[in-house]
Amino acid sequence: MNLLEVKHLKKHYETHKAVDDVSFGIEQGSIFGLLGPNGAGKTTLLRMITGIFYPDEGQILFNGQKFDPENDVQHIGYMPEERGLYKKMMVGEQTLYLAQLKGLSRKDAVQKIKFWFDKFDINSWYNKRVDELSKGMQQKVQFISTIIHQPKLLILDEPFSGLDPINSNLIKQEIFNLSQQGTTIIFSTHRMEQVEEICDHIMLLNKGHKILDGSVAQIQQDFKQGLFKVGLGTMPNPAQMATYHFNIVQTHDKAFTVKMNEDSTTNDILLHFIRQDIPVTYFEEILPSINEVFITQVQQTENSNANVAALPLA
Amino acid sequence: MEKIWLIIKREFFTRVRKKSFLITTLLVPLAFAAMIIVPIILSTTSTEHKRIAVVDKSGLFENKIPDSKGVYFKYLQHQNIDSLKLHYSELGYEGVLYLPEFDINRPSGFEFYSSGQASVNIESSINKDINSVIEKKRMEMRGIDQSKMDEIRSDVEVIFKNGKDEKKGNSWVAYGVGYGSGFIIYFILLLFGTSVMRGVMEEKVSRIAEVMISSVKPFQLMMGKIIGIAAVGLLQFFIWGILVTGIYMLVPLFFSPESMQAAATTQADPQQTAEIIHRMRDVVGSINWALLVPCFLLYFLGGYLFYSSLYAAIGSLANEDASDIQQLTIPVTVPIIIGIMIMMKAVQDPGSPLAVWGSIIPFTSPMVMMARLPYGVPGTVPYWQLILSFVCLIGGFMGTTWVAGRIYRTGILMYGKKITLKEAMKWVVRKP
Repeated sequence: MNLLEVKHLKKHYETHKAVDDVSFGIEQGSIFGLLGPNGAGKTTLLRMITGIFYPDEGQILFNGQKFDPENDVQHIGYMPEERGLYKKMMVGEQTLYLAQLKGLSRKDAVQKIKFWFDKFDINSWYNKRVDELSKGMQQKVQFISTIIHQPKLLILDEPFSGLDPINSNLIKQEIFNLSQQGTTIIFSTHRMEQVEEICDHIMLLNKGHKILDGSVAQIQQDFKQGLFKVGLGTMPNPAQMATYHFNIVQTHDKAFTVKMNEDSTTNDILLHFIRQDIPVTYFEEILPSINEVFITQVQQTENSNANVAALPLA
Repeated sequence: MEKIWLIIKREFFTRVRKKSFLITTLLVPLAFAAMIIVPIILSTTSTEHKRIAVVDKSGLFENKIPDSKGVYFKYLQHQNIDSLKLHYSELGYEGVLYLPEFDINRPSGFEFYSSGQASVNIESSINKDINSVIEKKRMEMRGIDQSKMDEIRSDVEVIFKNGKDEKKGNSWVAYGVGYGSGFIIYFILLLFGTSVMRGVMEEKVSRIAEVMISSVKPFQLMMGKIIGIAAVGLLQFFIWGILVTGIYMLVPLFFSPESMQAAATTQADPQQTAEIIHRMRDVVGSINWALLVPCFLLYFLGGYLFYSSLYAAIGSLANEDASDIQQLTIPVTVPIIIGIMIMMKAVQDPGSPLAVWGSIIPFTSPMVMMARLPYGVPGTVPYWQLILSFVCLIGGFMGTTWVAGRIYRTGILMYGKKITLKEAMKWVVRKP
């Protein structure tokens, strides 16, 4: 079942279309990557999903019902890209305040805070002022206050920015845990290496339009270019490599990257080496990274829309 | 509703727990107490005696200049004025008053020598005393009897009454109370308005706003802050009220009535003191406190809600660069300043058209009406004006909070570029 269903969503500003006719669905318990260059409309889209903005047109369904910001925000946790906490407030008090605003009773909130502060081993910060903490520490507090009310939908905008590798890993682990417990997660970023690692499903947004949508594996399949890497025991001489089935794209130390021709199969490539008695040590398909897909797709839409003036996003 | 309550509580407690709240709340009544107590202490415990040497060559003044408030005159008729001028301070004198022989019809040549500038008090009292001695001498010479002169003198005061019940009015008291309360409202509007503005700016610049707006409506966040700060103000008034009354009641316990009178009057004449106390009762009685105090609270709240929401809207337009904000506050600050200017006129002439309209239009009414009310309701301010003024103020703050709320919800999430007021006004009519 889809926890979130977005249909033909539009949000126009005075001078440009921030989100223009975007539709997608997010399956319950999945991790959904929202990708796009700066100014693609990610933040505007997320603000509509969190009830901060009203869409001009289109529909949002939350849990199968028409999205009702007033009540549904209790089930959403949103960590904006620009983090913010009250600098002069105590860490514990602040978390308690934010949790209560999400509808938790004081008693429940205190209990949850205890649980998470124990888990992240930050009990000693409880009575510290936020501006006494380092940026990374503040990030942890922010993360806890985002998930404390056990949201059904968790929206994380660039959750790893400013975190060291250890804390990054800690948060990443938590994201996986929450996902396993059934939390649906929207993960917005322009850092592609994290997307492949974390997301089940991605959507690529550029200039307010959806340009790509699908599972990570599917997208890699869709955009693969028939590239394979072949590891060889001995390097053959160039005369041995003339074949109809593939071209050599790159030569490595005891390996080639080859591009398979359209009518050929992987067995054709392997047979070519085997027939010439060249030992094959390994053979693997090279799938495009999401980063490559992202760049080529964005550039493509850029070129096709070259006559449309680029407008800055608020 | 529960959320707005949480916001109000946070705004209230974070402010009340600050050291600065404690300090201002305690310092203001202390300053007030000091204003009463210090003069008493000075006048009763003053051990400083100023001695002034008088060289009277005319022989007219000996023992005629009265000693007063620690100033004593010592008559040294036979001293040489030139040597005294050089040595008076070694002899323990503050200064030397030199009174030469003179023509009674054309007195001149009186001089006072001291190391520094003589104080204004000493200067004027010496002038007065010398002139009165000369006047008496002249009357004697012309055969005018001092007692007859006293009989001729007149000291009548016209009693101003107002209203049907012929209650004794006192326009000076009305002036003082009106001016004071108008000014307090003015300070509250500026002080608390900017406090709201800074709170909004802090939320925007520290980026907590977006986190908050994902949990509560922008309007709830804005109103929570405004109400929370109003509660802080009311608590402060309440504490001040208690402390000031407390101090007033405690002061007589520490000081004898005699010393109180000494402080209140220059010459401790019991009859005069009794009259002053009697007049003070009249003064307090001439003001309808039962009307004035609730009106003050209503105009405080109404005016505060009217302006603080506008200040909140301005705060939401702020950016990291705080210098822009100075310019943006002008359209909100100017009406308040116009209000205080009309208030100053209204307190002198509470019936003028400027005062009447100024007390009805909600931009200025909290200040101007407070200046008019002590002159009497329904005498100076008819009931219809008071009611119209309230209705306009309530309508006014509903209008400003609506406009401000619409600017606020867009402004609070708008980063990066400088926002002009013209742009902000467009948000008022635009869909969010």
